[in-house]
Amino acid sequence: MADTRPIIVEIRNVFKSYRRGSQVVPVLQDITFDIPEGEFLALMGPSGSGKSTLLNLIAGIDKADSGAIRVGGVDITTLSETELAAWRATSVGFIFQFYNLIPVLTAFENVELPLLLTGLSRRQRREHVATALAAVSLSDRVDHYPSQLSGGQQQRVAIARAVVTDPTILVADEPTGDLDRRSAEEILELMERLVHEVGKTIIMVTHDPRAAGKAHIIKQLEKGVLNDHVLSQNPL
Amino acid sequence: MAIPVSYSFRNLWTRRLTTILTAGGMALVVFVFASVLMLAEGLRKTLIETGSYDNVVVIRKASQSEMQSGIDRLQASVVETEPGIAIGPGGKPFLAKELVVIINLPKRGSDKPSNITIRGIGEFSLALRPQVKLAEGRMPKPGSAEVIAGESVAKRFRGAGIGETIRFAMQDWRVVGLFEAGRTGYSSEIWGDADQLMQAFRRPSYSSVLFKLADSGRFAELKDLIENDPRLTLEAKRETRYYSDQSEMMAKFLSVLGISLTVIFSLGAMIGAMITMYAAVANRVAEIGTLRALGYQRRNILAAFLLESMFLGLTGGLIGLLFASFMQFITISTVNWQTFSELAFSFTLTFPIVYQSILFSLVMGFVGGVLPAFRAARMNIVDALRTG
Repeated sequence: MADTRPIIVEIRNVFKSYRRGSQVVPVLQDITFDIPEGEFLALMGPSGSGKSTLLNLIAGIDKADSGAIRVGGVDITTLSETELAAWRATSVGFIFQFYNLIPVLTAFENVELPLLLTGLSRRQRREHVATALAAVSLSDRVDHYPSQLSGGQQQRVAIARAVVTDPTILVADEPTGDLDRRSAEEILELMERLVHEVGKTIIMVTHDPRAAGKAHIIKQLEKGVLNDHVLSQNPL
Repeated sequence: MAIPVSYSFRNLWTRRLTTILTAGGMALVVFVFASVLMLAEGLRKTLIETGSYDNVVVIRKASQSEMQSGIDRLQASVVETEPGIAIGPGGKPFLAKELVVIINLPKRGSDKPSNITIRGIGEFSLALRPQVKLAEGRMPKPGSAEVIAGESVAKRFRGAGIGETIRFAMQDWRVVGLFEAGRTGYSSEIWGDADQLMQAFRRPSYSSVLFKLADSGRFAELKDLIENDPRLTLEAKRETRYYSDQSEMMAKFLSVLGISLTVIFSLGAMIGAMITMYAAVANRVAEIGTLRALGYQRRNILAAFLLESMFLGLTGGLIGLLFASFMQFITISTVNWQTFSELAFSFTLTFPIVYQSILFSLVMGFVGGVLPAFRAARMNIVDALRTG
């Protein structure tokens, strides 16, 4: 069956290498693929295969050596650093392995953080934060600091922070890597719901086969090369 | 929009102990800084209170104080007839020809001799100085060996109490009154009839002529007249100017000492702040990476850390000012080396000193925080996130 969904992420001939001393270490070599809107994609591969680097490139926090990456129609490889930061603020939601909440800010303030970069009024921001925290079932924890929340709750706050600006894509780097089994299950369910119910596009790097099992498509990276063998476990 | 201010503030609160210790160092500097300014201000205020703006002191050219000056009777009479001098009670010129002599007298208790200023006064000497008031007894009779003493002199010098006699210039002088002169230099003087004292000290001339201007705005004219008169070798100064000139050396010494201390101390405090802020940046690398990933610009990170450092400075500044404000209860009494007379003044806190101190503390915070803030702002996002 042909996929009729619009393409949200287009990756064309992307190369990326790191310099270690005088040595140039290739990390990604000629990566080309598309991600349609509403996709839940898992990037898998052994350590050092370049999956996190690829995720960073898509999220606009790292720069490719060559090639083009278009997200929602914007070629982010041509943007300046300042433009890229402004683009990230509206277009990318981040979910990290260690949640990366700001410890001195409450759950509410953490979720509000990306909204401060938008032109929303104080009242609008409050409404958006309330909606996002309700979506992750943490309406009763708004005034709690990260240290007062469990790992699973912290990751839910982080997801609320990732979705609060209604970004084009969500990127998740090992989102369940620091969680116990039950919390990990909850987080994955939450991410699935975001894809199915809200139509979000999620790109997730993971080692965890259970996490990858929730994805529609799994892409394997090996030594910087995309393995064409695509495991499509959960077609829509 | 920027990273919320509460982020910077709460980070300081989170590491309270470090914050307090670092701010304590800055507080010490601000304390010294404010204290020196307060001291200089106190000195200035005392001297302004000692002189009246409408009064003019005439002394011999090139003499810096009344003590070094000499005006013979003829020249004093010429000055007396100048136009522009106010008319005092009884239609006479509102003017006093005075003599100033420094002697030493034994102190009560210790018997150790100490310098004291004897002032020979004229009819209007008291009236020309509204800040001096007769507190007890009466004025000395002209032509008699009577004197009045400042209240602080009466307390501290043997024989200077009311009804007692003091001996100087080979004569006994009866103290018939005490005068009160607040914090001005006069409170450490003994006053007697000028002509009597000139005879006793065998002085042929006065030291100074003091008069009130009829029209304060025409001082420059009168000054020209006196200083350009070929018969006179005198100069005229407003009384306020005269006293501030006298304390110039002292004020300069105070400010040089104060500024050098402050500069050296502030280097230490700024290095302290810098170390604290570098540690803060090092502890929050992942946080910085996260903020940048979320879309905050380098300048936002720079501002947040600078703000944090300036908050730190401000905390130090406020603590330092608080302690400095207690210094107002202290009065310092010292000898003015330029005149050898005593000078009593206290630390005075004014609004400009408050804001200068606050500004100084903010500058210290800024300078201490600028390098760490740049380090935070220059971080690579991917490296920063990996550190977490």
